[in-house]
Amino acid sequence: MDVKHYLRERFFPHLWCPGCGHGIVLNALIRAVDELQIKKKEMVMVSGIGCSSRISGYVDFHSLHTLHGRALAFATGVKLSKPSLNVIVPMGDGDALAIGGNHFIHAARRNINITALVMNNRTYGMTGGQYSPLSGLGIKATTAPYASIDREFDTVELATAAGATFVARSTVYHVKQLQDFLKKAIQHNGFSMVEILTQCPTYFGRKNKKGSAVDMLQSFKDGTVPIGSEKKLENPELIERGIFVDKELPEYCEAYEKLVEIATGK
Amino acid sequence: MPKNMLFVQGNEACALGAMYAGLDFYAGYPITPSTEIAETLAVKLPAAGKTFIQMEDEISSMCAIIGASLTGNKVMTATSGPGFSLMQESLGYAVMAEIPCVIVNVQRGGPSTGNPTHVSQGDVNQARWGTHGDHSIVALTASNHQDVFRMTVEAFNIAETYRTPVILLFDETVGHMREKLIVPKDGSIPLVQRLRTRVKEGVNYHPYLPREDGRLPMSDFGGSHRFNVTGLYHDMWGFPTDKPEVVQELLKHLIDKIENNAHKITFNRSYYLEDARTVLISYGSAARSALSAVEQLRKRGQRIGLLELNTIWPFPTQLVRESTRNANLIGVVEMNVGQLTQAVKLAVGKPKKVNLINRVDCQMITDKDIKQILRVLQGRGV
Repeated sequence: MDVKHYLRERFFPHLWCPGCGHGIVLNALIRAVDELQIKKKEMVMVSGIGCSSRISGYVDFHSLHTLHGRALAFATGVKLSKPSLNVIVPMGDGDALAIGGNHFIHAARRNINITALVMNNRTYGMTGGQYSPLSGLGIKATTAPYASIDREFDTVELATAAGATFVARSTVYHVKQLQDFLKKAIQHNGFSMVEILTQCPTYFGRKNKKGSAVDMLQSFKDGTVPIGSEKKLENPELIERGIFVDKELPEYCEAYEKLVEIATGK
Repeated sequence: MPKNMLFVQGNEACALGAMYAGLDFYAGYPITPSTEIAETLAVKLPAAGKTFIQMEDEISSMCAIIGASLTGNKVMTATSGPGFSLMQESLGYAVMAEIPCVIVNVQRGGPSTGNPTHVSQGDVNQARWGTHGDHSIVALTASNHQDVFRMTVEAFNIAETYRTPVILLFDETVGHMREKLIVPKDGSIPLVQRLRTRVKEGVNYHPYLPREDGRLPMSDFGGSHRFNVTGLYHDMWGFPTDKPEVVQELLKHLIDKIENNAHKITFNRSYYLEDARTVLISYGSAARSALSAVEQLRKRGQRIGLLELNTIWPFPTQLVRESTRNANLIGVVEMNVGQLTQAVKLAVGKPKKVNLINRVDCQMITDKDIKQILRVLQGRGV
């Protein structure tokens, strides 16, 4: 396949640091869209603010680069007003779950057919490495110089509890799996959320002595296991990868269409 | 009684005006005293095959209408004080990305939770400068239901013509008051439809390149042209830039497209101004009391008149200057601490003539209040 077919070369060079994992997400996403053979004009990418949000500009889809935390709210307007469009919302961990946490749970609750990506590098990269709601206890950051005392969200549990009907987690090390999850998430009829563990060697890595980008990728390999793995019983610290939720429930735009049928008496 | 003659709240008149204008998509969050707009549209929009959604807050409501505008729809949200504060960031986004949309703020007493069920006009300058950064804005208002309907339709027309957010700055009294509304016949108020590009698929389309007349033809999301929309300073392609010359040119364009067309979007009513030596300037529900005071004083032989503003921003400087040329005394009647009085002082040649006639206890200013203050201003005793 020709990856460049999906890129806006005018936008390059991209602004991500050397070793950043976000480019791997972009690659997997483009390949997923290509395999699904979705036309570019049927794709809308809606993002907020942060390193992750710049993905929307790099792809040759309809792209809406919005406000910090509000991407899912803008996306709800796009999708509900034109349900035929495929709407993908790439977000960072701070973007999705700190300032955007309210929109995240409500989009999930509505089960509107949007694909949300939470690119979790456990830090605010764009502003220089502050702690996020996914950093976790004991993490060092520019705003946590002595260590973070904030507990982290479990994104998968949060999305599940809020009502998302497709919930998955993978990492930028597991590229093929990631690509497969993204395909399934886009195909899913309802709110889908894929959490992607991705590395920020520049800030999170440096502050927390995680080594190079390669070392951090290795940690995704060593620190994660497939759902149900026996290793998890021996070592509860391991993070599970896989599809946690995949179920059919009434989708919001379709429910609205039925409401209109009632209201118009058709 | 003719079918198009209704006895309704101002909030209903606003909702009906929006339907008349071709509203496709409404997103909102409940808040007093604007909720009846949402309640009315929750009935009307689905019945017309169009879209109503109640969002999780005012922030997301404003964001959702911007998203829906980009797919080619006429969109609106409605709120009051605290909700309007929450919308300021995304209102600025609509200014920067040039997204047509209408925002209704039915004003109540502030600051903060203030006085939710009573009247105020305290958001006049928030409408002008509430979002951060230099910009221009359009804000319309009305004192009666016929004008609420008309200004709502005009708000959509201005939003589409200039690719801009337009604020409808009503107040609690007008919003909740019931009076007669005659719904105009279809076609009697011209409607502006979205200007879409004629550039064909495969040919370069520049979403942010103004035509000679300053208008920017749009292309719907999902249509032939894929482009980037951002709140960052951007070039004619919609790509982010910090090039000083592009930044300055865009800011100038955003301001000029409103200010240079101020005369085209100025709506007002004037009463007894021909020979008036005392000129009252007012807007919204306060203008009803001002008109009543003027008519009573006219009967007593005073040469007094009223300029009622329907367009507040961009401030109609020319109109105010001309209407007050022969005045010895100018009284600005408003229910705040003088927010528009400042603009009037800047507009007229002799600012010392300009006096504030106000009430700020979240009660309606009455004709009696206005007459009492006028007596003092005119040196006729208390």
